Amino acid sequence: MPLGLRLQGVVKRFGEVGAANHVDLEVPSGQLLALLGPSGCGKTTTLRLIAGFEHVDAGTIEIGGERVAGPGLHVPPEKRRVGMVFQEYAIFPHLNVLENIRFGLHRYPAEAREERVKTVLELVGLLGLEKRMPHELSGGQQQRVALARALAPEPAVILLDEPFSNLDAGLRVRVRAEVRAILKQANATAIFVTHDQEEALSLVDQVAVMLHGQVQQVASPQKLYRQPANRAVAEFVGDANFLEGVASGRQVECALGVLETQVAIHGPVDVLIRPENIELIPASAQTADARVRSQLFFGHDQLVTVQTNAGLLLDVRLGPAYHFAFGQPVKLRVVGPVMAYPRSPDRSD
Amino acid sequence: MSASRVARSLSPFPRRPLPPSEEETSAQGLPSQRARAPLSLALTASLIALLLLLPLLYLLVRTLGIGQEAVDLLLRPRTLRILWNSLALTVAVTAVTLLLAMPLAWLTVRTDLPGRRLWSLLATLPLVIPSYVGGFALVATAGPKGMLQELLAPLGVERLPSIYGFPGALWILSLLTYPYLFLSIRSGLHSMDPALEEAARSLGHSPWQAFWRVTLPNLRPSMTAGALLVALYTLSDFGAVSLLRFNSFTRAIYVQYLSSFDRSLAAVLSLTLVALTMLLLVAERRIRGRTRYYRSSAGAVRHRRPIALGRWRWPALLFTLGLISAALLAPAGVIVYWLVRGLLAGEQLLPVWEAARNSVTAAGLAAVTVTALALPVAYFNVRFPGRLSNLVGQSVYIGYGLPGIVVALSLVFFGANFVPFLYQTLAMLLFAYAVRFLPQAMGTIRATLLHLNPRLEEAGQSLGLGPRAVFLRITLPLLRPGILSGLALVFLTTIKELPATLLLSPTGFTTLATQIWSATDEAFFARAAAPALLLLLVSALSILLIMSQEPGD
Repeated sequence: MPLGLRLQGVVKRFGEVGAANHVDLEVPSGQLLALLGPSGCGKTTTLRLIAGFEHVDAGTIEIGGERVAGPGLHVPPEKRRVGMVFQEYAIFPHLNVLENIRFGLHRYPAEAREERVKTVLELVGLLGLEKRMPHELSGGQQQRVALARALAPEPAVILLDEPFSNLDAGLRVRVRAEVRAILKQANATAIFVTHDQEEALSLVDQVAVMLHGQVQQVASPQKLYRQPANRAVAEFVGDANFLEGVASGRQVECALGVLETQVAIHGPVDVLIRPENIELIPASAQTADARVRSQLFFGHDQLVTVQTNAGLLLDVRLGPAYHFAFGQPVKLRVVGPVMAYPRSPDRSD
Repeated sequence: MSASRVARSLSPFPRRPLPPSEEETSAQGLPSQRARAPLSLALTASLIALLLLLPLLYLLVRTLGIGQEAVDLLLRPRTLRILWNSLALTVAVTAVTLLLAMPLAWLTVRTDLPGRRLWSLLATLPLVIPSYVGGFALVATAGPKGMLQELLAPLGVERLPSIYGFPGALWILSLLTYPYLFLSIRSGLHSMDPALEEAARSLGHSPWQAFWRVTLPNLRPSMTAGALLVALYTLSDFGAVSLLRFNSFTRAIYVQYLSSFDRSLAAVLSLTLVALTMLLLVAERRIRGRTRYYRSSAGAVRHRRPIALGRWRWPALLFTLGLISAALLAPAGVIVYWLVRGLLAGEQLLPVWEAARNSVTAAGLAAVTVTALALPVAYFNVRFPGRLSNLVGQSVYIGYGLPGIVVALSLVFFGANFVPFLYQTLAMLLFAYAVRFLPQAMGTIRATLLHLNPRLEEAGQSLGLGPRAVFLRITLPLLRPGILSGLALVFLTTIKELPATLLLSPTGFTTLATQIWSATDEAFFARAAAPALLLLLVSALSILLIMSQEPGD
């Protein structure tokens, strides 16, 4: 599959926050990728480097096989064929929907231009709203105008900067699905920047997790959740319990007994156990491994915190049917193979 | 930074003279049961408002009384000529200020121009120079017997090209008023979403194309608002055009007043000028109300990287420094020049102290009177919303929007015809100040009053205080900050006032403003220098006061 986008060793220094520190990333063309990370991790900076709003300090960027940034090279944003959907949409307030979408088509011949505008309007489902001014549109409609405007000049890559953060929760789920469908139909190569893991996991083909200015792992949503590349990724994506243990091959011994690991590993490790991979079985005081310490009921599930006899606190996610009383003695059972990471000696937490 | 609000508060024209908006009232939790105003309060406030409207009403009646002749006067070639002069000057000043302010704002907001913070502060300062001081500075620099001629005479230069008339008026008014546009464009640039330009870039536009197709159209509201302020200032200015002898409306009205045999023409001219300013005011209000070109939401503003000027830095710096020198340094310099020359030549400072004393007396009395009159009007307007109180609240703003010369002239007519015993007394002058500046005191008191929870007053009542005791022991003490800034604001504005002071002062009552004006008119530049310097200092004080009134960023 041809590459839509490639970043190699991209560095942007900014002081403390938001720097890009040797970013490597490849996106096959036609694929949707989410750049997921906490705020200040450098993901928006990376997006702006790709768009050309910032200059790289080192490394190279290629779009559609063509180098646009590197040592001594900075192709200006208008020559990069990159479409951008801004966090607050940045729809031109002085132009109506049609004029906004037509804005980037100034190099198209007149006929092709109108044709293209119509195609895009149809694609995003805004036919009939051409004459509206931006302030007369709902949040979801503005989102679609921004998307249509970015798609219109047929860019090589589309960048979306926290595109759903301005929508209220109810609307968000629907608009997300719409945007995904539109991008897939347009066969676009797209990068979403987001700090919302649910959004990242549910929306895209691949997720790139970015922490401290570096891409830590690029994987499918399923793989990312089941096999995080390192402890930091595991902590950032989903909830995690960590136990100290000693591994040898595909076995690890820890406070919850001997468990099977997904990958072979040796020596002192941190064992990752997701809350939903622990089962609680009511037990008598004599046979119990742990006692129930607190219970948060959410409706579709609940989070129960238990304390082991050794004093360790563990989170357990259960279905809504279970009920445990405070202090109730329970036995713990771990379901399925676990992940384990080499324990670095200098960890201080 | 609410730079545009500073500009507006410094402008001689009204802020929104509106009753408290629904938002304001509900936020303050006004009594849900609309209380009835005490009769005495309603009566006092209405009477004050009516009194302030008298001059304009009189002017209206007087002009209408002329009948058909008024139309003939209006259509006389001479009148049309004046109309043409005023309009031409207004359009020219607006165009020139736009050409000065737009690049200046862009350079100081968007680029890496060295020293841009300092330049934008200095570039705002000409706003506080009274127009007659600006006129004085220009005449004393480049006029006959001015500084340049004196310096060039030994070189054999006998005559400089005349600065009187259109060129001089255009020069000085442009340099005094461009800050209105500068501030308003600046705040427009600041409030514009930086992503708009980036969006244009990523849609294939060069920086230059993005500027024309996105930045400029989005600045249009700020430019229009600023341009209207400039136009209003130019149209109603008396000081500069009269000193530069340019026959626009205000000067023509003054000349008519001097040659007192034809007051009908003065009345017709005044009313026409009022109509023109009202037109501009309405236009400004409309545009301000309609613009909603602001950031769509309050997301984090990305720190914008300034555009590197590269080798354009030097021409840009030259432009900025040239403008600031012409608008600020040159006037200050020429004032100091004439001050030193006058002192060396043995110019007496005694008359200056006397004028200063008169100025302070008049302004002090005005501050107290005007604030005292504003208090019941503001209280009635805020606490007892209703049709009458809205009407009262709005009508006091009318005088504020009128050109000073018109207020002065109508009071001259009115005084001479109806209250001859008050004509040319300090009382009449104070009345004129009240007509012109009451809204300033009203504004500060109203603002404080709106933030004062009526529950406090109700608490007083429930503790057994009568209405009068509640007002004296609760409301008044809490209103103190508003009253004090009202006093200061009126004082500082009044001390700079020229047209009413010139026409209505008691005989022989010279103030700093009138001394500058008449000394310049008679080319005694050294005599105008000291008062001009004093007034500049006072004006600088007033901008500090207004800035300190702004809520912190």
